[in-house]
Amino acid sequence: MEIVVLVKQVPDTANVGADAMKEDGTVNRAALQTVFNPDDLNALELALDIKDKYGANVTAISMGPPKAVEVLKESLYRGADRVYLVSDVKFAGSDTLATSLILKHAIEASVKNYDLVLTGRQAIDGDTAQVGPQVAEKLGIPQLTFVTSVESVNKKTIRVSALTDEGSAILEAKMPLLMTVEGDVNVPRPPRVKRLLKYMNAVSEFQMEEDWLTDEEAKYIKEKGLKVKVLSFCDLNVDQNLIGLSGSPTRVKEIHSVVFKSIESRAYPATQDGVGSMMNELVSEHIIG
Amino acid sequence: MKYGNVAVFVQHNGKKVADVSLQLVCKARELADELNTGVSAYLPCGAVKTMPNELFCMGADNVYAIEHKELADYRSLPYTKAVLEAVKSDNPYIVLFGATKTGRDLAPRVASTLKSGLTADCTELKLGSYTDNKTKKEYNNLLYQIRPAFGGNIIATIINPERHPQMATVREGVMKMKSPEKKRSGKIIPVTVEFNAVDLAVKVIDKVIKEKKVNLTGANIIVSGGMGVGSRENFAILQQLADALGAELGASRAAVDQGWISKEHQVGQTGVTVRPKLYIACGISGSIQHKAGMDESLKVIAINSDPDAPIMNFAHVKIVGDLNEVVPMMIKAYKKSEAVACN
Repeated sequence: MEIVVLVKQVPDTANVGADAMKEDGTVNRAALQTVFNPDDLNALELALDIKDKYGANVTAISMGPPKAVEVLKESLYRGADRVYLVSDVKFAGSDTLATSLILKHAIEASVKNYDLVLTGRQAIDGDTAQVGPQVAEKLGIPQLTFVTSVESVNKKTIRVSALTDEGSAILEAKMPLLMTVEGDVNVPRPPRVKRLLKYMNAVSEFQMEEDWLTDEEAKYIKEKGLKVKVLSFCDLNVDQNLIGLSGSPTRVKEIHSVVFKSIESRAYPATQDGVGSMMNELVSEHIIG
Repeated sequence: MKYGNVAVFVQHNGKKVADVSLQLVCKARELADELNTGVSAYLPCGAVKTMPNELFCMGADNVYAIEHKELADYRSLPYTKAVLEAVKSDNPYIVLFGATKTGRDLAPRVASTLKSGLTADCTELKLGSYTDNKTKKEYNNLLYQIRPAFGGNIIATIINPERHPQMATVREGVMKMKSPEKKRSGKIIPVTVEFNAVDLAVKVIDKVIKEKKVNLTGANIIVSGGMGVGSRENFAILQQLADALGAELGASRAAVDQGWISKEHQVGQTGVTVRPKLYIACGISGSIQHKAGMDESLKVIAINSDPDAPIMNFAHVKIVGDLNEVVPMMIKAYKKSEAVACN
C-alpha cells in the first residue's frame, strides 16, 4: 500500500512578533518560530500505524519555504520512508485553492498509484481546514474528514471512524481516497534514535546547492539516501496562472492589528469583602440569583 | 448592475433545518436587500418535508430542492454534486455555509470545483468596494469576509474580486437569528441530480448520535476557564461555581488544547459563539478569537492574575487575583446572599 502524508511547518502562533505580516498581507514566515503542525503529526502517526499493521510505504510531502525541510526530517525520524519538499518562489502567496492544486501535482509527480492521502484536520496558522478536501477534489478522489481511527483495511477497502455534527459515524470506502485526521486522536510516536542519528544529516537539494559541498560530500549524501528531493515549479505540470498570489481567487484586502478599546469597568479587590460586594451587585441587578 | 442571488447551503437532520443555516438565511436577507437581489436556499435532502417553510419564514425567496434517496444522509460527494447543480441553475453572487463539520467538509470541495475563493470562519460579513492596486480596476459591493487570523494577532478582510460566486463559512451563533415571519412564502425550485459509482463510493455503515450535553449557545450564565486555570483538576472549582449559579461551563481554546476540558465547551472563533447575560472569564487572557465568541455577552467579569491581560480592556468587572482563591470566595458570597434572600 502507498500512503502519502501532507505535513506543514507552521508558525508557532502563540508567539508572534510585530514583523509577522508582510505589506501584501501575507505571512512573513521567515520572522517566526516554527513547529510541526500538530494535527499533521496525528496524520503521520495514523499512517505509520497503518504501515505497522498492514504494511505500507509512507511518503511525507510538505509545501513551504526551504526551511520546511525540518518537518520532513522530523517525519523521517519518526518513520516515514520517503520525503519531498515542494518549494518554489512561484508558489508563494498561494491561497488554499492554489495550494491544493500544487499539492495535487506534487502527489502525482512523486507517488504513483497512491492508495491513501492523509493530512491533519487543519493547520494552526490559518485554521481553515480547506486544503484537505480541496486536494481530494483536485485529485478526483473521495474524502473522509475528521477521521479519528482506522477500523480495518481489507484489500482496497478501508473502514474508518469519523466525527460528524451529530456525533460520529463508521464509514467505508474503496481506496484511493483522502482522509483528514482529527487532532489528539493518537499519541505520535517519538523520533527513533537510530533514525534520528541517520537522518539528522539529511539535506534538501536547496542546501546542497548553497553549501558548496565537495563532490565527495555530495556523493555520500546521495548514497546514504540523505538527499531530500525538492519539487519546484519545473518539476510539476501545473499552470502558472493558477498558482501563487496571482493565481489565488482570494485577496487580503486589509489587515488590522488588534487593538482593544477599553470600556467602562469596575474593579473589585480579590478579598472576601470585595468579591462579596461584587456578587451582591450582580444579585441586585438580577443578573444572578 | 443586477447581482445574482445570495445563497445559503441548508444543513438539516432530515426533518428540521439546523440553526446555523437559519441564521445564515437571516444574514443573506440583509445582504440581498442591500444588493437589491434575492435569497436562495440550497436544500439537498431525501425529502423536503416542511423545511422550505422554515427557510421562507427567515427570508429565503427560492428554495432549490434537490431531492434524492442518496441525499438522505450527508456524504461529501453526493452533496457536492447537489450543491453544484443548484449553483448551475441559480448562478449566485454569494454562497454561505455554516462552519459545522458538514459545512467544513462540503464548502472547500464545492469551492475547489468552481475554482472560487473560500474564506473560513468569518466573524463578520458586509459589502464594500475595492480597487485593485495593479490594474486600478474598481469593484463595488464585494463581500468583505472578515476573520481573525494568525493566532488572533490580526483581523483580516478577505475578498474574492474576480472568481465568483464569493464563498464563506460562518460558525453557529455568529449571525443572529431573527424572529420568523410566519406568513412569508416563496418559490420551491426542484433540481434533479444523478449519481455515478464514484459519487457513491463512501458508505455509511453506522451512525452514533451523541446528544449534546453542553448548551452554551442558550446559556444565561457561563463560567469559562483559560490557561490560567492551570490544570484539569482546577476546572472542578469552576464547575462548582457554575453549579451554584446554574451556569454552563465554557473554556478558551488554550484550555481545550491542554486537554483540561473537552472541545464542546470551547468558546471563540473556532468554538461556539455565545450571548449570555453574564460571562465569567477565569484565567482567560482574552485573545481576539476568544473575544469573537463572547463579545456580545451582556456583562463580562474577568478574574485574572495579570492586570495587563487583554481581557481587562473589555471586561465590565475585573478582579486581579488568583482564581483559585477568588472563585471559592464567589461561591461562598453567593451562597450567603442566597441564604439572606431565603430568610
